[in-house]
Amino acid sequence: MSSEMQELGGYIEAKRPECIVTWEVTQGELTMQVAPANIRGLVEWLRDEPTCRFTTLIDITAVDYPQRAKRFDVVYHFLSMHQNHRIRLKVAAREEDIVPSITSVHPSADWFEREVFDMFGLLFSGHPDLRRILTDYGFRGHPLRKDFPTTGYVEVRYDEEQKRVIYEPVSLVQEYRQFDFMSPWEGAEYVLPGDEKAEEGAK
Amino acid sequence: MMDGTNQFDDAQTQEQRIRNFNINFGPQHPAAHGVLRLVLELDGEIVERCDPHIGLLHRGTEKLMESRTYLQNLPYFDRLDYVGTMNQEHGWCLAIEKLTDTPVPRRAQLIRVLFCEVGRILNHLLNVTTQAMDVGALTPPLWGFEEREKLMVFYERASGARLHASYFRPGGVHQDLPDELLADMEEWCREFPKVLDDIDGLLTENRIFKQRNVDIGVITQADAQEWGFSGVMVRGSGMAWDLRRAQPYECYDEFEFRIPVGKNGDCYDRYLVRMEEMRQSIHIMLQAIEKLRMPENKGDILARGKVTPPKRSEMKTSMEALIHHFKLYTEGFHVPEGEVYACVEAPKGEFGVYLVADGTNRPYRAKIRAPGYAHLQAMDFMAKGHQLADVAAILGSMDIVFGEVDR
Repeated sequence: MSSEMQELGGYIEAKRPECIVTWEVTQGELTMQVAPANIRGLVEWLRDEPTCRFTTLIDITAVDYPQRAKRFDVVYHFLSMHQNHRIRLKVAAREEDIVPSITSVHPSADWFEREVFDMFGLLFSGHPDLRRILTDYGFRGHPLRKDFPTTGYVEVRYDEEQKRVIYEPVSLVQEYRQFDFMSPWEGAEYVLPGDEKAEEGAK
Repeated sequence: MMDGTNQFDDAQTQEQRIRNFNINFGPQHPAAHGVLRLVLELDGEIVERCDPHIGLLHRGTEKLMESRTYLQNLPYFDRLDYVGTMNQEHGWCLAIEKLTDTPVPRRAQLIRVLFCEVGRILNHLLNVTTQAMDVGALTPPLWGFEEREKLMVFYERASGARLHASYFRPGGVHQDLPDELLADMEEWCREFPKVLDDIDGLLTENRIFKQRNVDIGVITQADAQEWGFSGVMVRGSGMAWDLRRAQPYECYDEFEFRIPVGKNGDCYDRYLVRMEEMRQSIHIMLQAIEKLRMPENKGDILARGKVTPPKRSEMKTSMEALIHHFKLYTEGFHVPEGEVYACVEAPKGEFGVYLVADGTNRPYRAKIRAPGYAHLQAMDFMAKGHQLADVAAILGSMDIVFGEVDR
């Protein structure tokens, strides 16, 4: 499986060297890093090229790495039912970057791109209808960003006096629980209780 | 005027001025299969535009998963497609097993295959019969749900839960199956085809059922690929694509089964494919039960290692086993850094998990690829030009469950 993927990766790179930044095969899966400007052309080429025939779009998603300058990775998965193989394309994007939409190549990209916009706030150029999809009407923020709290900012309830559903800032009766399971022997990043004295004593 | 357009609008009375009618289908409509809101633009009774509003059941599963350990995340998968739950757990387990390189013991593989097929029958029974209900039949759901009840009892006897099983675990399955359960399942497999024949007799040649489903929602092979369909939605259009055969996982390559395909790609063909798939699933179940009884397949059901708990008996005597157990259920296991996409042939289509691990005990990012999501977005394409009543039939044949669409 891996050698087949190596072969395919080499073939695609040889044919479209200007599109591919880097590529690798891990866990028997082919991953290609693509420059944002080239994504639409490459996807179209991958769909029509007889040795590839990646005609089915499986998924588009994104991963947030806040510490990087190019914060987001937009990840595309394609499947070829004809050749029975898969490929993963990755596009790195800044927060303010606009990624070309591939809806003109794969109509099924529509909702996937809407979801990425909804969850990460990434914009796609050329998308026919870039609305929020999964979150509430009038929702603010992009929940899957790492800096968005899991509890969110507002909560909703039905108000008996006003006879309607109202939104209020989240009030937690208890702090959202995040346990630290790191064993002190495996490198905890804080000073262990009692250890601060030992440090002073050594000095 | 001269170019044929009517410019005498001002001469029309209020009654003559005709505009398209917008209606809300759902979210409480029984044929909306849960919480789907369709905004339909109608020209008379013909659907001009169909805009599904989803997300009413969005629970933020993917966000929640980022703050929980791998094992704590497993039950979330039951709550996606709550009809065939174990198939989803399977996807998650496969992703973890791929990254951690955990071998699954043979007996656990067979049990997984057995229960994946139970899940498939559970799902198809629900879908076929509720589709019949959407187009007006009431008896099929009553008969089908009786069988589903029996299957859920098997779920319960294996895992302790009727629906949200949490039975498949990374590295195997939670508990071994007792022999009596295997015997009862085998007996059920012998009896069920008769019930299936009864449902078949009610629906397949039923005049109303055919009138409502034949030539409705036709999908060509090109459309199916363009819209990212999988599972029954492509098989109904005549493509023999099944991940169990094309990219075998677990030990599906040892099993003998056929892949039914449709000819016309309409709602009726998809119904027929589902009926035949249930028969094939029974065939697989019987093979799995037979294999589970072989003495060479009577081993352990968990790959004993870091990702799985130690044996109960060991914990009574071994300090290390006790520590291991404690650490596994508090801290959880760590998954090496990397990314992986694992997919299974869930009853509804390709269910995939894209997992990005950063070496800690929690996933950095987990994306759930639900088949229903891709299917539902083609609703506008499929419903356009059909009658309003066909919307329910098309929706029924897509097999939508909102747990997995909204996540």
